[in-house]
Amino acid sequence: MFFQLKKPKNMKRRDSLKALTLSSFGVAALNPQELLAERREMDKVMKTPPAEVGFGRTDEEAIHDAKLMAEKYFTDKELATLAVLSDIIIPKDGKSGSASESGVPQFIEFMVKDQPYWQTPFRGGMQWLDRESAKRFGGKTFTALSKEQRLQIVDDIAYPAKAKPEMSQGVAFFNNMRNFTATGFFSSKIGLEDIGYMGNRPNVWEGVPTDILAKYNVGYNK
Amino acid sequence: MSFQIKEPPTEFDVVIVGSGAGGGMAAYQLAKAGAKVALLEAGGYYDPADPKYITQMKWPYESPRRGASTPFRNFGDFDAAWGGWEIAGEPYTRKKGTEFDWFRSRMMGGRTNHWGRISLRFGPDDFRRKSIDGLGEDWPIDYKTVAPYYDQVDKLIGVFGEANGLPNDPDSIFLPAPKPRLHELMLMESAKKSKVPIFPNRLSILTQPINNDRGSCFYCSQCNRGCQAYADFSASSVLVIPAVKTGNVTLTTNAMVREVLTDQNTGMATGVSYVDRQTLTEHVIKGKVVVLAASACESARLLLNSKSARHPNGLANSSDVVGKYLHDSTGASRGAFVPQLMDRKRYNEDGVGGAHIYSPWWLDNKKLDFPRGYHIEYGGGMGMPGYGFGWGMENTNGKYPGADGQMKEAGGYGASLKDDYRRFYGAYIGMSGRGEAVASADNYCEIDPTTVDKFGIPVLRFSYKWSDYEIKQAKHMQDTFEQIIDSMGGVASGTKPGADSNYGLAAPGRIIHEVGTVRMGSDPKTSALNGFNQAHDAKNVFVVDGGAFVSQADKNPTWTILALSWRASDHIIDQVKKKNI
Repeated sequence: MFFQLKKPKNMKRRDSLKALTLSSFGVAALNPQELLAERREMDKVMKTPPAEVGFGRTDEEAIHDAKLMAEKYFTDKELATLAVLSDIIIPKDGKSGSASESGVPQFIEFMVKDQPYWQTPFRGGMQWLDRESAKRFGGKTFTALSKEQRLQIVDDIAYPAKAKPEMSQGVAFFNNMRNFTATGFFSSKIGLEDIGYMGNRPNVWEGVPTDILAKYNVGYNK
Repeated sequence: MSFQIKEPPTEFDVVIVGSGAGGGMAAYQLAKAGAKVALLEAGGYYDPADPKYITQMKWPYESPRRGASTPFRNFGDFDAAWGGWEIAGEPYTRKKGTEFDWFRSRMMGGRTNHWGRISLRFGPDDFRRKSIDGLGEDWPIDYKTVAPYYDQVDKLIGVFGEANGLPNDPDSIFLPAPKPRLHELMLMESAKKSKVPIFPNRLSILTQPINNDRGSCFYCSQCNRGCQAYADFSASSVLVIPAVKTGNVTLTTNAMVREVLTDQNTGMATGVSYVDRQTLTEHVIKGKVVVLAASACESARLLLNSKSARHPNGLANSSDVVGKYLHDSTGASRGAFVPQLMDRKRYNEDGVGGAHIYSPWWLDNKKLDFPRGYHIEYGGGMGMPGYGFGWGMENTNGKYPGADGQMKEAGGYGASLKDDYRRFYGAYIGMSGRGEAVASADNYCEIDPTTVDKFGIPVLRFSYKWSDYEIKQAKHMQDTFEQIIDSMGGVASGTKPGADSNYGLAAPGRIIHEVGTVRMGSDPKTSALNGFNQAHDAKNVFVVDGGAFVSQADKNPTWTILALSWRASDHIIDQVKKKNI
């Protein structure tokens, strides 16, 4: 059977990118207005969603992820505990929303399905927390406590260097919780904006901005 | 999927196994010369410009795992490389006491889809190490012979860098190198103190257009995701797709070659047999010349599995060296935190997909307690957050004063912790040494006597141990890293790797630069190929991946694989014209 080599569907996109970069190197010679218009056109092309859904998944990967998405691991109660904990770790502030607003509990749920190694540390860690809470506060689970009561427990497990030895499992759990919260938050849309990442777009790299060079007393002179 | 020549011949001029750097280059050169080529690739079709495959410029939150590694993509969810250290149904084994990890990139373009784009020519010394230090073996060819091919590869494929005139790190025909980033400038400053020289990097990324088929870099720093503008070198976009465009190539993907078939009278290759990985149907492709480029170990495996009465020890193996002299680059790393870089002003610092600087080997081994050198690769900057971002803050935020000038307890939670992530962003650097190991017949891959893969093909068994040469080299790397980190006012992370971990020396195979398993040489008793990558035992069989290397140098193999494959292709064309093949 004979197949003709098909042109990639996004030939236009690639040519746009090529055109941008070709002209970028004649920046000095180009009318800045033209360059700006070209960049806007470029932005439009880049924002056009790709023909296929997903992000370059192979069939295997798409099937695998769909399967994971359909599973449920954490109970609703556990998800609520994750939301409370993650918001203690990364709360809403003047600059951006909270961890739960950024989707951290859902992210953790997916990760423990994706990497089952983490299932017992999280489930067991939350159990440990609820037992500690019940011990201190007359049978109540962590989410049933007041804000101050919750922080009393958290203060005992959030500082590895000064935590009491009998809290060591709680410390380990809280470290995991902190790590996943940070990763989940800062890789979310809200978090990327908060951290101020400015890349992931076509551009021309012209070196470190001059004011920064001055600040650090470095330069490009040989 | 497959693309076929309109009327495919019953016998191809050339059958090529593997579509990575070596195979891609051979397919390109031979197809352009008018040969009818059958190109077989064990993995699937891949075109980085096709939206079906594109992961470039996706945001981390477009993946539910934010870019974490998966069994399908060991280097991360957005990484272009399909495959990894373990492939279901395709095992490999290790002899007792061996730690060897074998990476397989099962896709069109092979490992050139995830490699670091580091494109370093071998130097004159690298072809004659035995003459210099008595270890290993000299190559049967020298730098002068390969230099014209390096020139051609530079022009065809493109590499940026700066002409530095170093004696054993020859300059390529360079495209302009991108300006260093902030932490790279600081490293360059520190070099005055540490005496570890730093030069612009040499990466196969187009900072300028070189032809009408490829765009140039737009600095998204995601070469490892594959570039839809074809602005970096991946064999799929730069060699295979153009080769297919000539109309002279039948490309068959998902074709796992079982063995090279030979004529029982002449001993010459007649073609290959392969199994379709998806349909499990069996096929034979006939060819006048067979070129193996399945990656060093995979090509050795193929030859060893191609036994016959004429080749009882495996094809091209009367010397018994096939599989032996396997060696990988050494690798050891260290990270550091740079307090001076806290509270950075934000700007787009992506740059190209790799460091803009590197350190070529700068010392004289005669004055050291290990024989071969290494180069240093650097990392750092305000990169795109993904899975792993912010991990381990409890190890850092207790060591430095907060914004208020006060020390705080490590770890914590809440508003001040949220602020810590912001303050420390872009203040970490890393460095890795990539060094030359000494080839030894004691390090090898062979056919496992009892194990087959899911296709019934006997698998490889590895036997490998680092020698003192490599361990001492890794120790030197760690000492050097501390020196560099110190000179730039950084604080090295964790504890310095010591003797108990071989100074952080990565397990063999982990650097994914395996070479040497089908080595060339002038003596057919101690080598499998001649200086043209041509098998001594069967003159219509060629091996053009890293297997052909005699030694690896303190330089990544890809650029040399490309140059030698081009030279071998020219030799095939020449020999066919002269009717010698």
